[in-house]
Amino acid sequence: MEQETVKVDVPVMANLFAQGKKPEYLFWVGCAGAFDERYKRVTKAFAKILTHLNIDYAVLGTEESCTGDPARRAGNEMLFQMQALGNIEILNAYEVKKILTICPHCFNVFKNEYPDLGGNYEVLHYTTFFDMLIANGTLKISSDIFKDKRITFHDPCYLGRSNNIYEAPRNILNAIDTTNVEMKRSKSFALCCGAGGAQMFKEAEKGDKEVYVERTEDALETKPDIIATSCPFCMTMLTDGLKSKNKEEEVQNFDLIELVAQALNL
Amino acid sequence: MKQLVFIFILLLTIAIFIYSISKIIALIKLSKKAYPIKDIGKRIMMTLDVAFFQSKIFRRPVIGFMHAMTFWGFLVICLGTIEITIDGIFGTERILSKLGIVYDIISASGDIFGLIVLIAIIAFLVRRILLHVKRFEGVEMIKKHHTDANIALSIILLLMVSLLSMNASYCALNSGKEITGTYPIGMFLKNIFSSMEESTLYVIYQISWWAHILLVFFFANYLPYSKHFHVFMSIPNVFVSRLEPLGKLYNMESVTKEVRIMMDPNLAYATPGADAAPPERFGVKDIEDGTWKNYVDSLSCTQCGRCTSVCPANITGKLLSPRKIFIDYRARMNEKGSKLLKNKDYTDNKSFIRDYITEEEIWACTTCNACAQECPVNINHPSLIVDMRRYLAMEEGSVPTGIKMIFSNIENNGAPWQYSPQDRLLWAQDLVMNKN
Repeated sequence: MEQETVKVDVPVMANLFAQGKKPEYLFWVGCAGAFDERYKRVTKAFAKILTHLNIDYAVLGTEESCTGDPARRAGNEMLFQMQALGNIEILNAYEVKKILTICPHCFNVFKNEYPDLGGNYEVLHYTTFFDMLIANGTLKISSDIFKDKRITFHDPCYLGRSNNIYEAPRNILNAIDTTNVEMKRSKSFALCCGAGGAQMFKEAEKGDKEVYVERTEDALETKPDIIATSCPFCMTMLTDGLKSKNKEEEVQNFDLIELVAQALNL
Repeated sequence: MKQLVFIFILLLTIAIFIYSISKIIALIKLSKKAYPIKDIGKRIMMTLDVAFFQSKIFRRPVIGFMHAMTFWGFLVICLGTIEITIDGIFGTERILSKLGIVYDIISASGDIFGLIVLIAIIAFLVRRILLHVKRFEGVEMIKKHHTDANIALSIILLLMVSLLSMNASYCALNSGKEITGTYPIGMFLKNIFSSMEESTLYVIYQISWWAHILLVFFFANYLPYSKHFHVFMSIPNVFVSRLEPLGKLYNMESVTKEVRIMMDPNLAYATPGADAAPPERFGVKDIEDGTWKNYVDSLSCTQCGRCTSVCPANITGKLLSPRKIFIDYRARMNEKGSKLLKNKDYTDNKSFIRDYITEEEIWACTTCNACAQECPVNINHPSLIVDMRRYLAMEEGSVPTGIKMIFSNIENNGAPWQYSPQDRLLWAQDLVMNKN
């Protein structure tokens, strides 16, 4: 029997604002969320969850532009600040108070760096947001589809070390009811996937190994069924790592959002 | 006579120390400003946690424990050193004994820690000289630095030996009599001296006393020229280190001014003197562009290499080593800074970038902050690396091809990839979900 489906309407800020509505949250999709083929699946899953939970939100849509993070970390402060000031102008025009991000890099920039340029918002990464909703009972997961799955979580640097968010993603995994296995380097000891600081967009310097291969080996040591993460760049790197190890058939790579969406059968 | 000699040596020690420190202070003043030191309460808490309780040192529990014992021992033994200095100046004998029971605690813990530190230092020396510890190797770990480390450890070793022999001979000298203070290790070691004459014991005691304090004076003046300067610098460095999350990069105000004018040309006329300010170099090319914190970080580094050992670039065989950046920074400051103090336009046609740190090293960083997380004295490596990238990107336009492309993509279409902003919502088309 085919399951019945419903259409998911993604509210756009400009439309809501024209109707005099001010949604509680702005969902900042991010460039990877909007354009990366693999990560678009995560974005979709997130929109489904927000709809399922009746969260009052909107996206900027075509008005969204890069936060400037990769430009800043690659040294182009001028370009970063132009992007930032442009974004802040739009966010303030829509009187945005709370921002939800799925990308830890966007999260970090909004939370820690936009205030210096006059952009002050309450910024939540989705892991903290879900953790909150699980704790207050809004997000109820009662599925056992992952019960026998070994899942290892890769801490994204910009969530973990950069912003000290270690427990929220693990609380989500616990709520989904999985068998969590930690890598030997985890939490504040976690090894980078190799993509941060604009590395994602350039060839690696000469060395004897790719960082993502080293990190994928950490993950594979735990004999996982699923490698979970919560960052688009980590996703790309670990997927590449699995391919280089010819493990992409055996081991799956998911964002926590996708696991939640699957557990909710959305 | 003993007093006069002591006072003379003490004054000489202080004079040399002030000379060394004043040079360092001048170089700190030469550096650019960083951030204001506010939130003193939070800073005290951070210092207690990271410095006094050694929270980051304990991230490696075994060797961390040995370091912590050495550090706590150092603090306790310092009290004894203060006493020796006072006794030396005024010709008194164990002046702090006036503290009563407190003195018993101080003297006993100093005595016990003397032995603990001695054991730890022997372990450190064995580890450095006989064992193969990967994090003590690397291109930046030239012979000079290994020698420096071994000298510093050897001096501490001798300090502990002289301390213990001072306590033991004191106990032996006063065998059967009332002893000022409590010396559990001294009482145990005095048996070594049991067959000696009182006059011999007295000489041993005097030699130990003088050897100990003279070593302290020598060590104090060796440190400003050693990587072991961290003995003085690490606690202050932790105190002045940044309080913000590691992910934050500081804003460049000079750029904000320009960008605001670019976005609203009227501002250029409205802000008096906005265009009259002397053009400042963007980012860090050489040590005169760095902040006082960069320099103080370099003075606090004791080359433990924890940063480099967790660096993803270094682990995978790239040239980048976070430790090297700060070792080189201090070396470059020593080379150029003193000349700049005499002549602010001094140039030697060299620069920190390229002559010390290559572009290849600078671009290998993932800004993952593992180095900064690990550093036991809160050095922040990524911010200096990004400052060097700022120089390369904004002053020279010298960036890797991939980076050049994301700059132009972000500028033209607001994303690091070449997609039109009009396509940003394509993912939301025809989105359906299961009805539950």
